[in-house]
Amino acid sequence: MNILYDERLDGPAPELDRATIRDSLTQAIPDMTLLHREEDMRPFECDGLSVYRTLPMLVALPDTLDQVQRLLVECHRLGVPVVTRGAGTGLSAGALPLEHGVLLVMSRFSRILEIDPEARIARVEPGVRNLAISEAASPYGLYYAPDPSSQIACSIGGNVAENAGGVHCLKYGLTVHNVIKVEILTIEGERMTLGSEALDAPGFDLLALFNGSEGMLGVVTEITVKLLPKPEVAKVLMASFDDVEKAGNAVGAIIEAGIIPGGLEMMDKLAIIAAEDFIGAGYPVDAEAILLCELDGVEADVDDDCETVRAVLEKAGATGIQQARDDAERARFWAGRKNAFPAVGRMSPDYYCMDGTIPRRELARVLKGISDLSERYGLRVANVFHAGDGNMHPLILFDANREGELAVAEALGGEILELCVRVGGTITGEHGVGREKINQMCAQFRPDELATFRAAKAAFDPNDLLNPGKNIPTPARCSEFRTIKSASADTAPGTLHG
Amino acid sequence: MANATYLSDHDASAALAERIREANAEGAPLRIVGGDTRFFYGREVEGNELSTREHCGISFYDPVELVVSVRSGTPLGEFEAALAEHGQMLPFEPPRYGAASTVGGMVATGLSGPRRPWAGSVRDFVLGVRVINHEGNEQRFGGEVMKNVAGYDLSRLMVGAQGTLGLITEVSFKVLPKPGATHSLHLELSLDEARRRLAEWGREPLPISAAAWLDGALHLRLEGGPSSVAATRARIGGNDLDNGFWAALRDQRLPFFRTGSLHETKAPLWRLSLPHRTPALELPDVDERLMIHDWAGAQRWLHTELDADTLRRACQAAGGHATCCGPRPTNVEPFTPLPEVLMKYHRNLKAQLDPKGIFNPGRLYAAL
Repeated sequence: MNILYDERLDGPAPELDRATIRDSLTQAIPDMTLLHREEDMRPFECDGLSVYRTLPMLVALPDTLDQVQRLLVECHRLGVPVVTRGAGTGLSAGALPLEHGVLLVMSRFSRILEIDPEARIARVEPGVRNLAISEAASPYGLYYAPDPSSQIACSIGGNVAENAGGVHCLKYGLTVHNVIKVEILTIEGERMTLGSEALDAPGFDLLALFNGSEGMLGVVTEITVKLLPKPEVAKVLMASFDDVEKAGNAVGAIIEAGIIPGGLEMMDKLAIIAAEDFIGAGYPVDAEAILLCELDGVEADVDDDCETVRAVLEKAGATGIQQARDDAERARFWAGRKNAFPAVGRMSPDYYCMDGTIPRRELARVLKGISDLSERYGLRVANVFHAGDGNMHPLILFDANREGELAVAEALGGEILELCVRVGGTITGEHGVGREKINQMCAQFRPDELATFRAAKAAFDPNDLLNPGKNIPTPARCSEFRTIKSASADTAPGTLHG
Repeated sequence: MANATYLSDHDASAALAERIREANAEGAPLRIVGGDTRFFYGREVEGNELSTREHCGISFYDPVELVVSVRSGTPLGEFEAALAEHGQMLPFEPPRYGAASTVGGMVATGLSGPRRPWAGSVRDFVLGVRVINHEGNEQRFGGEVMKNVAGYDLSRLMVGAQGTLGLITEVSFKVLPKPGATHSLHLELSLDEARRRLAEWGREPLPISAAAWLDGALHLRLEGGPSSVAATRARIGGNDLDNGFWAALRDQRLPFFRTGSLHETKAPLWRLSLPHRTPALELPDVDERLMIHDWAGAQRWLHTELDADTLRRACQAAGGHATCCGPRPTNVEPFTPLPEVLMKYHRNLKAQLDPKGIFNPGRLYAAL
């Protein structure tokens, strides 16, 4: 099934004349940058999931809120779809443009409006990079907790749209737990504030609803996040295992001991070798799996917890345990993990990153399942895993230049996600559905549940103009998905290399 | 998976769904009731009573996963006791207004207790819900895993919606281990001095998990590892306070909250939700020292006859809002009215998810 917008399955696209739309927008907002030449728009044809590309009809690069507002009013009047884009680092094609839509790029809204150390909040524009918030808060001993691996580049507006996670979620939560207020422009151009600088706000929790809504309910124009005091110390233990299952069990044992680590990450052999080769993090390349366990907080407690965790790891059968001796070594341990994606990327012309979440107890079974699928499809898979919260990132290695190999990688990825759903998990933990997982939504939700999602969307955008075709599949798409699934249930999937 | 054997366990979802289908067909409003201990928190609903109490029990609990799923009619006290058996807890300390208080009521009202500013609120620990929609279909959103961004976050949307968008039948929570050490302190400080110190401590990684100023003293709770709690206790000083104070504050059993006693009829009770650093509000005839300043100042309780508009304007100017809890003067709405645009989208959402208006109509606002 095609991932790009397909009118047959995703609904009819409006018939729009590009020149007319361009004239109307130029007339309505003469002071706004509006790109229309192919060579200017090319850089915007994809987000971080670059295997999917579509040239938008027009690209708008507003500098002011007033311009965004007028753009939305005009698009609403003309019936033009609007796809909002932040830094374009998303991994689910959530910001994939539409041929018949305007791409609204929010990257020029990059000012930090206020850091208030007394209130422990930061008020920022949506184009501000995730890491820039922590950097600006650092002089006050504060930081912004969610840290997706792309934090150097990704924007906070995109983080809100995707409800981004990172390696510290088990203890510090996701974006939704750390954003306290957002300013919204509706598709009709109305301004609306969700949330509050107080700890709650009257009415429905629309702030929660908008986090992770993939730009489909409104456009986020300003974000207030809470800042936390930097932990006094953070220490990292690295444990190696000769068996993936033992590593998985060790994760549960740590939590059973009553400890919530700041970060708890797992990598399998292929990922370890890739990272070691790329970064030289000091990982044991002969291990089947490693666990990185970061404990942070007040020094006296952290020291106690390190001892407890060490004992737990030994009992769980770790073949080696190493505590980072200083901050430099700690940073090196993390560098290997944080660069795991590009490291794996060096082993193969292309890689495709999955994002399923599973109950941790199912880890061994799912890894075995992935290994079987990998063999069946003839593509290697490296596993990187936010073990503490059950969020897996299997990386499928493939070569897009080989005829049909992308399709095989997609099929393998789809099966991995469906496996996650079968064991009680979800198709996406933190990357979002976007276009990428639109078909697997049909596996995770029943038709009537999908109808409820569509009803929620209709409350804010009845004409389906905001990022249409993403996140929630149409009944037509799901009916085709189910037909294909039942047809292929009897026949084993084709293998690529004989 | 562990199940506390003494908990009653009954799945009444099919019967509840049938009632809802009938109500929807007739367009007959339902008044959703659990233990009916939170009746005071909102507008009165006129409708046929739909009780969740038969729908109870823990359907899934895996302490190692830190995940538990529980039916909405389960008594909150029994639920917390089952968690405590495994050394775990609901970190947001929901208020219990009586033994009959249910999980469904806790989620529907979304109220959290003293630990809220440090640990998060009810909605922050909700991982998923099962909800019976207006057509009588039980639907599942979110799930039993820590991270899940598939589809819109309808599970957290249900928290605080007071049943106006559907009937919550089951909720999955993230739970946490109880802290290794707890110690409470009583420090005789002026309100200003308490504010100044809390602002200072707030920027440090101290193991503070509750802070309430009342009766001329700051009440402080330290929770964490034994080492850090001992060190912080030595640093901060003050007198020891019985840990039981926090349960009394949480469940509103302190003398401050007592109404209708023999000789006094107190003025209406207001809950002010404000940015924690908000200084004393400029309100006529209100003495800040007679209020409870919980949540390090972010949640303030007072009894006042002051008119609702004056009070609400002052709170809104500070970035917060005011809720009238309990017996209200006529014409006083319990919740702060919403700006027009926001109300429009509330109405749209209600119309989409409950087109015939059968779920607790008017509970939050007349128009919803």
